[in-house]
Amino acid sequence: VSRRVAITGLGAVTPLGVGAESLIDGWSTGESGIEDGLGRCRGFDPEEFLTRKETRRADRFTQLALVASREALDQAGWADGPPVDPGRVGCIIGTGIGGIGTIEEQHEALRERGAEAVSPLAVPLLMANAASGVVAMRHGLKGQCYGTVSACAAGAHAIGAGLRMVQHGDAEACIVGGAEAGITPLAQAAFKGMGATSASGVSRPFDARRDGFVMGEGAGALVLERLPDAVARNARIHGELIGYARNTDAHHVVAPHPEGRGAHDCMVLALENAGISTADVSHVNAHGTSTPHNDSAEAAAIRSVFGGDPPPVTSVKGAIGHTVGAAGALEAVAALLTLANGTIPPTANFTSPDPAIELDVVAAPRDLPPGAIVSNSFAFGGHNAVLVFARL
Amino acid sequence: MATITKDQIEERVTEALVSFGADRDDISRDAKWESIDVDSLDLVELAQIVEEEYGVRMKEEDMKQMPTVGSAIDFVVERTDK
Repeated sequence: VSRRVAITGLGAVTPLGVGAESLIDGWSTGESGIEDGLGRCRGFDPEEFLTRKETRRADRFTQLALVASREALDQAGWADGPPVDPGRVGCIIGTGIGGIGTIEEQHEALRERGAEAVSPLAVPLLMANAASGVVAMRHGLKGQCYGTVSACAAGAHAIGAGLRMVQHGDAEACIVGGAEAGITPLAQAAFKGMGATSASGVSRPFDARRDGFVMGEGAGALVLERLPDAVARNARIHGELIGYARNTDAHHVVAPHPEGRGAHDCMVLALENAGISTADVSHVNAHGTSTPHNDSAEAAAIRSVFGGDPPPVTSVKGAIGHTVGAAGALEAVAALLTLANGTIPPTANFTSPDPAIELDVVAAPRDLPPGAIVSNSFAFGGHNAVLVFARL
Repeated sequence: MATITKDQIEERVTEALVSFGADRDDISRDAKWESIDVDSLDLVELAQIVEEEYGVRMKEEDMKQMPTVGSAIDFVVERTDK
C-alpha cells in the first residue's frame, strides 16, 4: 500500500466569495472579505446551491460545508459518486462550535414559548458532527465518518485524520474539511468577553497594531486519495500532503505557551513526518490570528524551528478573519493554491511590522521559492496541528 | 373567534409541507408521507404548527394513524369543528 496521498479536489466558501478561486483571487489582490469588523460570507445564499429541504435541515455551518464539499468533489470528478466502493470513502469535517446559531434560536424558543416549542430539528442541526454526517449522506459516502472538534485546529485535524485513514489502508479516499458559522450574538459576546476579538475590527496578523482576531465564517474541503489511484485515473493533482503532526501545549486552556513551545515541537514533528529538513521549506502559511499572544508565540516558534533565516510567512486571516474550525481547512486550500500559482499572497493589513515578531512577513505578492509549504493551526485547548504540502 | 374552514386548514398544511421541502405538485390528499419526502421530524413540526395555530394537539400515537396528507387534514378539521 502506497502511503503517498494526493489532493485532487478543493472547495471553499469564505467571506471573499463562494469557490476556492474567489479565495485565492481576492486574497492575492488585496481584497478584504471583512466588513464592519466581521468576516461574514455575505454572498452566500444556501438556496442557490441546496434544495429547500437540505437548507432547512442544516445549520449554516453544515450548509457551508455542503457547498464547499460539493465543489471539491466536483473538481475531483466525483460529482456523481466516487469511482471506488463508497464504503471505502471517508468523510471527516471539523468545527469549533457546530450549530451555535441553532442553539441560540432554539434556546430563545424555549425561554419564550416553552419546551414544546423547541424544534424537532434542533438536535440534527446543532450537533457538531452534523456537517460530516450530512455531507456523507448527500454524496453517499459510506466509509469512516465523524467530526473533529478542536477549535481553531479542527479543520487541520480533520485533514490529518483523513490522511492517516488513507495511508493506513482504512479507505481509498476521504473528503476532509472544516466549517464554522459562529458569528452569533452569544459567540460574539463570549469571544469579546475574554478579550480575544479585535476592538478595532481590523484583522492584521503579525502587525504591531494587531489587537485581536476578527470573527469569520466559512468552510473548506479537500478530496484526499491515494496518489497512485489519482495518477492512474489522470486526476488533476493539486499537490501532495507529505507530512502531518499534532500535539498539545498542556500549558493553558486558551493561551498559547509564550515561547510557542508546543507549536515549535509540532512543526518539528511534521517535518520529521514528511522526511524533510527546514531547508526544504519554502513558505509558512501561518495560523496568524492577529491576536497579540498567538502571533508572538507563533513567531517565536517559527524562529526557533528555522533558526536565523525563516522562510516567508503569510496569513490569510488578514483578508477573511478567523474562521475557527474552518481555518485549518481553508488555509490548506490556500496553501495548495499558493503552490499551484507559484505566488505567495500578502498578509492583508500588515503595514507596521512589529519588531518583536522578527519574521519575513509577506506584505506584497511574491514568487514562491521551490520547496514545501508548512500550514500551521493552533487552537484554544492547547491543540496544535501542522500540515506539510508539496508539489508532486 | 372566526370559523376556520376546511380549505384554510388544507392550505395551511400544504404550505407547511412545501416549507419542509415537499414539491407542491406532488401534494394531494392521497399522497403518503414517504412519497413527498416527509419524515417523522417533519410531522413533529407539523404538529407544532397545528397546535400553535388551531390549538389542535396531534400526539405521536395520533400521527401513526395518519398515513396520508388527507388523514392529517381530516384530523385537524374534525377537532377544530368541536
